[in-house]
Formats: sequence, structure tokens, C-alpha cells
Amino acid sequence: MAEKLWRVTMSPHLRDGTSTSSIMWTVFCALLPQLGLSAWVFGPRVLLLAGVSIGSALLAEWAVRKAMGRDNTVTDGSAALTGLLLAYVLPPGVPLDLPFWGAVFSVCIAKQLFGGLGFNFFNPALMGRAFLAVGFPVAMTTAWIMPQFPGFLSSLAAPDAVATATPLYVLKHAGLAEFLREFGNSRGWAALILGFRPGCIGETSPVLLLLGGGWLLYKRIITWHVPASMLAAVALLAWVFGPEGWFTGPVLPHLFSGGLFLGAFFMATDYVTSPSRPRAKLIFGAGCGALTMLIRLKGGYPEGVCYAILLMNCLSPVLDDWIRPRRFAPPLQCEPGKKP
Amino acid sequence: MSSTLRTFSLGGVHPPGRKAPAAGLAIEVLPAPAEYVVPLLQHCGAPAMPLVKKGEAVAEGQCIGAVEKGLGASVHSPCTGKVTGLTRTPNPFLGLVPAVAIEPDPEAAPFAPLPTDWEAMEACDILGRIKAAGVVGMGGAGFPTHIKLCPPPGLTVDTFIANGVECESYLAADHRLMLERTADVVQGVRILRKVLGVERALIGVEANKPDAIAALLAAVEAAGEGGRISVEPLAVKYPQGSEKQLISALTGRNVPAGGLPAHVGCVVQNVGTCVAVYEAVALGRPCYERVVTVAGAGVARPANLLCRVGTSVQNLVDHLGGVRDEAVKCVLGGPMMGLAVQNLDYRVTKATSGVLLLTADETETGGFGPCIRCGRCLDACPMGLEPRDISIYAERGRFADTARFGLWDCFECGSCAYVCPAKRPLVQFIRASKLRLRCRG
Repeated sequence: MAEKLWRVTMSPHLRDGTSTSSIMWTVFCALLPQLGLSAWVFGPRVLLLAGVSIGSALLAEWAVRKAMGRDNTVTDGSAALTGLLLAYVLPPGVPLDLPFWGAVFSVCIAKQLFGGLGFNFFNPALMGRAFLAVGFPVAMTTAWIMPQFPGFLSSLAAPDAVATATPLYVLKHAGLAEFLREFGNSRGWAALILGFRPGCIGETSPVLLLLGGGWLLYKRIITWHVPASMLAAVALLAWVFGPEGWFTGPVLPHLFSGGLFLGAFFMATDYVTSPSRPRAKLIFGAGCGALTMLIRLKGGYPEGVCYAILLMNCLSPVLDDWIRPRRFAPPLQCEPGKKP
Repeated sequence: MSSTLRTFSLGGVHPPGRKAPAAGLAIEVLPAPAEYVVPLLQHCGAPAMPLVKKGEAVAEGQCIGAVEKGLGASVHSPCTGKVTGLTRTPNPFLGLVPAVAIEPDPEAAPFAPLPTDWEAMEACDILGRIKAAGVVGMGGAGFPTHIKLCPPPGLTVDTFIANGVECESYLAADHRLMLERTADVVQGVRILRKVLGVERALIGVEANKPDAIAALLAAVEAAGEGGRISVEPLAVKYPQGSEKQLISALTGRNVPAGGLPAHVGCVVQNVGTCVAVYEAVALGRPCYERVVTVAGAGVARPANLLCRVGTSVQNLVDHLGGVRDEAVKCVLGGPMMGLAVQNLDYRVTKATSGVLLLTADETETGGFGPCIRCGRCLDACPMGLEPRDISIYAERGRFADTARFGLWDCFECGSCAYVCPAKRPLVQFIRASKLRLRCRG
């Protein structure tokens, strides 16, 4: 028998089972319940939108890596996740070419030109949304679909009016009274919390997003710091800066009627574009929440989650540099110059 | 696992234990091989100078290599027989090292112990015996024991710690020693306590070895040391067997960066070293024998073998029925810090705690991807360092920039590389950075 050839590598010889792609696909799966709900309430066309978005992201990833002479990373799951998240931040009635352009921008410009996975400064899906909001402003702000209310909710009190505008749009432009007239009864609150209201494909159901986010917390893929501090900051600021004076603001509409749960659990927790240490995560999440409320209350847009996260993405490297891990012990005193 | 058990606070990981087969197997004596090749250098430091020539007859336990000055330990003949030559043998950490080849005489009588009443001896005489017997740290690093027992002047030691943690997966050599030679472990602890002149002694054992904890508690009582030697169960976490982490877990004291355990009043010795000290001091028997765990799905039969320094790994494996075809990797030591070797022509040293024959299913393979900045390595590092940033700079050749992320405080436990989802060779980048910076001076 020929002499056996042994593999020689440096230790450690054991590796944990978690991999980059297993993380990406776990997050992908955690998002899927919301897609199912959207397909039900907004119609099956949202599946087509999501398919175009994911397919375009994968195609763009493959093509741009090939053009740049780099290895093929289509299977690592990050492009598919970007595609899904991009579809999640689109209104359900947009034309089919929007997710294509958005995905190409997300993957090629926002991710690969910065060096690919791990090197992008900004969340690629949110950059895609920002690009589409600038390039296709009408579709991005009007292509809402009024959901069909399911049978089991019909026993609850019916809303006074049916408008094809997002709840946050109503809150911003028609005021709290109008918002409460539309959503302030049992059926309205149920619709907001369960996800039967106009909104982006992936933002409508806080319950399902919380379920997915909870699963990611349980699987230790994300930690509680960013979602908790972001939700807390939004709730606190919504309460403090009320429309009728200090400490009178409506907390629940701001928590449940926008893209906050999607942003807090799935966008702001993106590893690459958020800081790593717990304290830095708390600051990052609180900053995301504060900027969201600044835009919602003072800015020109009804919703601010997307831009708030993108702006905090800029601060992420600074936070990582500022808040470093605690060392095991300080260096030995009275011994100048450690031997390298 | 009880949540009240103590452990170190910063970082740490939970690799699969895989202790099951070896931990339940009694220590087995390996029959004498046809030849020993005894390395004269078994740890960092100076090699021992050979004291014998080719053709010379040697007796079991005879000193065949001595260190005149500097860091080192004496080396003794593992058998009665004849020196067949001065040669070289590979060491996984140190490269080719000088060695003495000895052919055993199968007719020779076994070593006759010289029982001594060590309690009547002075501490410095005991220390002299430990040094003469060539005792080194049996946990894996092989650092000469007599040097660790003489802390630098000005430092006061108040606590002796026996390390029975054995946190590496697969390994069970220390576990079996604590079970089968419990009284000798306790005697070794008593001797070392006397050498150091301390009252307080702790034996740290992870809670996955309840039988060893029970045996030690009983042996401590039997030795009448109930109040003075305390057996401490610890929560299972890697790398708790590292000195700094063990001291932190047991005493809450953190050894400063660049410092020694003595800077926080502690000295740590492995339980295997305690047994070697007992043999050296109470039985007059030098250190040329140890227990080696042979395990992994790639070996025909796992075992804990009592074998002598200079035995080839091939001998161990052959005795156990050889390797399976599926075995792809041979690791000397534990799977987290041990070294993979390219053939089985390596020799057991005083520091060889295990020989692992791993199949492809058990060990990692394949390439690595870019860092996704998940921060798992930062959470895993028991020293609070930043392996992520070190690896990113090292990957681009910017080695000088790695120091500020804690490069020199890394003791290369491998926790960062274990958890990395991108499978980045983080600790390997750290080793490469250290080498490059050292070479540059």
C-alpha cells in the first residue's frame, strides 16, 4: 500500500457548523411568513415582484463578479437575501421593472463596487430603495394596494373610511384624529398589527416580523440590542413629541404602522453595516430610531426608517472604532516595552 | 449543567466534547516498542546536551540529556538498553530536533522505585529532585516545571492550582489519571504546595467529569486535607484549561497582559504534572512516561495508552489495530490547539496529550470567505481581542497594523476560528502576523 497522505492544516481542527450561507438562508426563511401574508392580502403578483427582485439580484451578482474577474458567490445567499429585502421595501403595485433596476443598483453599485460582501458601507437593499425613490418617485409613493379584509376580521367593527394610503401617510398629512377615525377601532388595530393595511410588501405585519425576528434571536443570529433600542427610541420620541404638546404623542401608531419592525429586526441588524459590540449596537439602534422619528415628525416623508438606517450605516465604522472589546486584563505595569 | 458553576467571564466557546469513547476506557500499558527515539528538545527553549554516545549501555531512568543553563529540562532513558545512535526527529512545533535512539533490552528488569519520605525534605531539595527528574508541564506546552515553581523575585504566591480541566475535545488522559491515580494526584498537589510554601490549593475540574470530581473529593478527605485542598467543579467552556482563564474562573483574578500567574499570586500545574512530580519526588522516578489519548473516528480502537517518551506514533496506532481508510488527518494534541502532522513518524514527548486520527466528517475542510463583520470572534475571544481586524489587515499584508488589535496577547486558543461563519483562518492569520513581525525584528 502506498504511504498514506495526511492532510496538514493549522489548528483549530474543529469548526462550528454555522456558515455565512447558513446565516443568510436562515434570515431569508425568517422573512418568508410575511411574504406569504402579502401574497394573500395584496394578491399573488407580489410573488412575481419578489421573484424578479431575487432573480435580478442573483443575476447581477453573477454578472458583476464575472466582469470583475472574481469568484462566483451566487450561492452564499447574500444576493438572494438582498433581492428579497429589496422587494420587501417596495409598494406592492409597482411595475415589474422597478425591482430589476433596484436589484441591479443594490448588488452592483452598493455592494460589489465597494468590494462585495463584507465591505459595503450601506445596506444594499435600502440603497436600492433609496435609488428607486429618487428615480421612480411616483410609483414608489403611490402604488399602494388596499388589502381585502379577511372574513375572520369582518365580525370586528368596520373602519369609517377606506383610503388607499399608508397609515403613516394618513398620520402625517391628515393628522392623528383622521388616523384614529380609520384605524382607531378594534378592526383597525387588528389590521395594523396583523398586517391587513396598505404598505410595502414586507413591512405590513408586525406579528409575523416579530415571529421571524424572534426566531433569529433564538438562533443567536441577531442580538436584542439593535431592535430593542430602535423600537424604544421610536416609542419614547413618539410619546415625548406629541402633536398636542409634550408627552402626549401616540406611541402605538408609530410602532405598528410603518416599516419599523422590518427595519429593526432585518435591516438595522445587518452584520456588515452595523457595529459589533453590544454598547455600540445600542447606540446604533437608538440612532436609527431617533432619525426615523426626526424624519417622520419633521421631515418631508411620512416614513423614515430607510434613510435613518442608511444614515446610521455611515456611523457604524466610527462606533466600531470607538467602542472596542473589553480586554481580559490591562497590561502589566512598570514593564516598559513589550517584547514583540 | 448547573448555572451556579463558576467559569471565566470573557468569551469562550463550546466545541463538541466527543469525549465518550476514550473517557470510559481504563489506562492501558503500551508494550515496549522495538526502538525509542527520545527527543532532546520537547518544548521551546534550549535542547538538552546528550550525555551518552552511540553503543553505550543505558539504564531505565538514566539521564541521557542535560541542560546546563537557560530554559530546559533533563531527558531520561525510557528503557534499559543500548544507544544505537544520536539522530534527529521531527517535532510538530519545533522542526527537526536532536534525539537519542535507544534499542531496549527485552530481558531488563523494570525500574525499581526508591520510596522517599518527602515530608521530611526541605522545599529546595524537593525542587532539586523535580528539576533532576526533568518534569515538564504535561498539559501540552511542556514548560519546565522547576522554572514555573520559582516565581520571579518580589512576587508572592498564595495559591496553588492543579489544572484538571482538560477542555480540549476528545482528550481524556487527565480524566483517567484523576480517576485511576487519584491519590497520586493529591500527593503531587501536597508536594507542590510545600515547594511553593502556600497553604491554599485548588483543583479545577470541569463538570463533565463528575466521577473525577467525586474521586478527588474522596482522596482529599482520605489524605486529611479536607479543609486545605478544595476540588472546584467548573462549568464546561473552552479554553478553560488555559492558565489565565483557569485562574480567572477559580479566583476571579486576571493575570495582566504580559504578566505571569505569579503576578496575581498563583501557580498552575496540570494534574498530569502533579502525578509526575509525585513519582519524581516520592518514588525517585524521572519523567519519561505519560498517558496519551488516542481517539477520533479514524482509529480502529480508541484508547488511553501509558507510553514512554520516544515511542513513535505509528507504534501507538499499530497497537490499536491501525488507522481506518477514512482517516484524513493526524493531530498531535487536542483538536483546537494541536498540530496536524504529515506522517506518523513523530515521537511521543512529555507534552503529547493526544493522538487524534480524524475523518473528513470530524474535521474542517474547504476554503474561506470574506469577513461579514458578524462579531462572533469578538464575542468568543477569551482575551477580549479583535481577531476580525487582525485577519483583515494580515490578509492584505499590513502586519504592522495588527498589533493594536491585541496581537501579542493572543495565546492562539483558536476560539475565533472555531466560531467564524466565513470559516476564516483567524488564529492562523494571527500566527502569521506574529511570525512576520518577529522576523522583521
